[in-house]
Amino acid sequence: MAGGIKKFVVGSFEDEAVLFPAVKNVRKAGYKIHDVYTPFPVHGLDHALGLRETSLHTAGFIYAITGTTTALTFMTWVFTKDWPLNIGGKPYFALPAWIPITFELTVLFSAVGMVLTFCYLCQLSPFIKKHHFHPRATDDLFVMAIECTDKTNDSELQQFLERTGAKEVNVQVAETGWWLGRYDRDQKLYRDEKGY
Amino acid sequence: MSLLKYESQLREPLVDGNKDYHQVTEDIIKPIEMKPSRLWYIGFYISVVLLLFGVYSVYREVTYGIGQWNLNKTIGWGWDITNFVWWVGIGHAGTLISAILLLFRQGWRTGVNRAAEAMTIFAVMCAGQFPIWHMGRVWMAFFVLPYPNSRGPLWVNFNSPLLWDVFAISTYFTVSLLFWYSGLLPDLATVRDRAKTKLRKLLYGIASFGWTGSTKHWQRHESLSLVLAGLSTPLVLSVHTIVSFDFATSVIPGWHTTIFPPYFVAGAIFSGFAMVQTLLIVVRKVMGLQDYITIGHIDAMNKVIVLTGSIVGCAYLTELFIAWYGQNPYEWYVFKENRANPFSPYGWSYWLMMFCNVVSPQLFWSRKLRRNIAVTFFMSIIVNIGMWYERFVIIVTSVYRDFLPSSWSTYYSPTIWEIGFYLGTFGLFFTCFFLFAKYFPVIAVAEIKSILKTSGENYKRKMTDIEKADSEKFYHEEVEHAH
Repeated sequence: MAGGIKKFVVGSFEDEAVLFPAVKNVRKAGYKIHDVYTPFPVHGLDHALGLRETSLHTAGFIYAITGTTTALTFMTWVFTKDWPLNIGGKPYFALPAWIPITFELTVLFSAVGMVLTFCYLCQLSPFIKKHHFHPRATDDLFVMAIECTDKTNDSELQQFLERTGAKEVNVQVAETGWWLGRYDRDQKLYRDEKGY
Repeated sequence: MSLLKYESQLREPLVDGNKDYHQVTEDIIKPIEMKPSRLWYIGFYISVVLLLFGVYSVYREVTYGIGQWNLNKTIGWGWDITNFVWWVGIGHAGTLISAILLLFRQGWRTGVNRAAEAMTIFAVMCAGQFPIWHMGRVWMAFFVLPYPNSRGPLWVNFNSPLLWDVFAISTYFTVSLLFWYSGLLPDLATVRDRAKTKLRKLLYGIASFGWTGSTKHWQRHESLSLVLAGLSTPLVLSVHTIVSFDFATSVIPGWHTTIFPPYFVAGAIFSGFAMVQTLLIVVRKVMGLQDYITIGHIDAMNKVIVLTGSIVGCAYLTELFIAWYGQNPYEWYVFKENRANPFSPYGWSYWLMMFCNVVSPQLFWSRKLRRNIAVTFFMSIIVNIGMWYERFVIIVTSVYRDFLPSSWSTYYSPTIWEIGFYLGTFGLFFTCFFLFAKYFPVIAVAEIKSILKTSGENYKRKMTDIEKADSEKFYHEEVEHAH
């Protein structure tokens, strides 16, 4: 769990066409990018950062089949065991008539479950306090944050970022919490990924 | 690497004008930060007055009973269920735009999806009122839920289409709300980060759930949107299918027909798109968003209207043909006498429906008329009226003449409280919509930004040279080499 006070070197880019080579160069130079904050989903950026694919959809599938089984077992139990009702002489186990509700609950469980999982994984909640690296990260800037370790030479890293095309570079100290996430942890090092 | 994606010049730009990312934010978020216009206040107050009238109508109905409505023997469903089906149908366009068009990768949905989804949610809220208050003893409304109770427990009837409706509508509302709100999070964060006052910062901070725009979050967000779209697509089809089951699984002549599910779904999309047009033509004008909701968008939606209108027309004729061909005298009587005969008490409503839904949308085969705002606005109203009458025709003309002529109803016309309830839902709908337009980004800002460099007018213009050069190069390399 991330926590405590941390130092970041933050570089802001104005164009995604500059951002992509910059990401590559920063990673090539051996730095670990903590995260890149963008105003909209930039396609391919997750791959450029070496992030693995999300498995959120798998969670969605598991919630869906939970919904299906809940609906079917519940209706079966009610109409065959708990209180069988004779409706127009039709069978107690009236599977075709239960399909609509089974389907609706499948969708409901999947959607609600996925959204809650999404909020949990992305640390989204109404009253959370986070450190925002740049107010324009939700407007028109692509903001790259690199976490400093004891070994990082900040000024060298800042100059390096400027050379890659960052318009604005600074060092920020942030009080972090569980919300920070550690997406850099599943980021492979550039050389491991490309095998050079 | 100056451009990450390429879109042909032949495609009309989806965003007009000279825009960059910041300009997009400015254009769409600005109206939220300004004081609302006079027009907004006038519209909002009218809506609230309508809503209050609706509340009073409902108060009368709850206090004095269903007798406050002119429902009578054999006409157990009148305006209330007509309105219910009408509002649910309107909701469908929002989901179609946000989900089905996402799966079909239609770029133009980005300009209209947010407002259309909001429309869905408000329309479903309005729709839900009718079956709930129609219960009469509304304080027992929770009886429709399968919960363990002290009456046995006596469970609900899972074999009944009316119960399927409970599940369908509530699931539809929940999923639409989640889909809409998860899409709103990044845009609310944009509003939060631009906020000047403390209160705005606090409120939008709460509303945006602490969204940062992290790459990993976006990756998950994309996955979430895609799966929710995949879930909403069959869901939206199932909802109106199940609504049609309310009628189709009964044995009332005029209702007992297998064509209802597809016919209802097409009609729902048809009426929903008409309502989207009505709303967006006003919104784009009042909020100055013509660059984002372009004539091209209106054109695209009119194409959907002419398509679904024609499907509906086809369904009407099929239904009529089968009523005759099926040789069921009761079914044929409903069609021949209660509907198609213009001199029968409700014959006029059948022909009004035919004219509004089948004949008039054919105008939209003409590109010129599709791209004419005044015509589109007028047509959208006509279609909304026509689709209301479709439900009225289906419900009232099927039940006002029973199997037994002695129990044929006298002429049914609604009471002021029945009409008031309907007007009240308009009040509810527009009150919500006005508040939405004031406090939320009516266009998906992040989504517009993601298509800006491929579909923005200024970016497309820059592509001209590259495109020409490419095709010439291609011709030299591929075609001339071959010879």
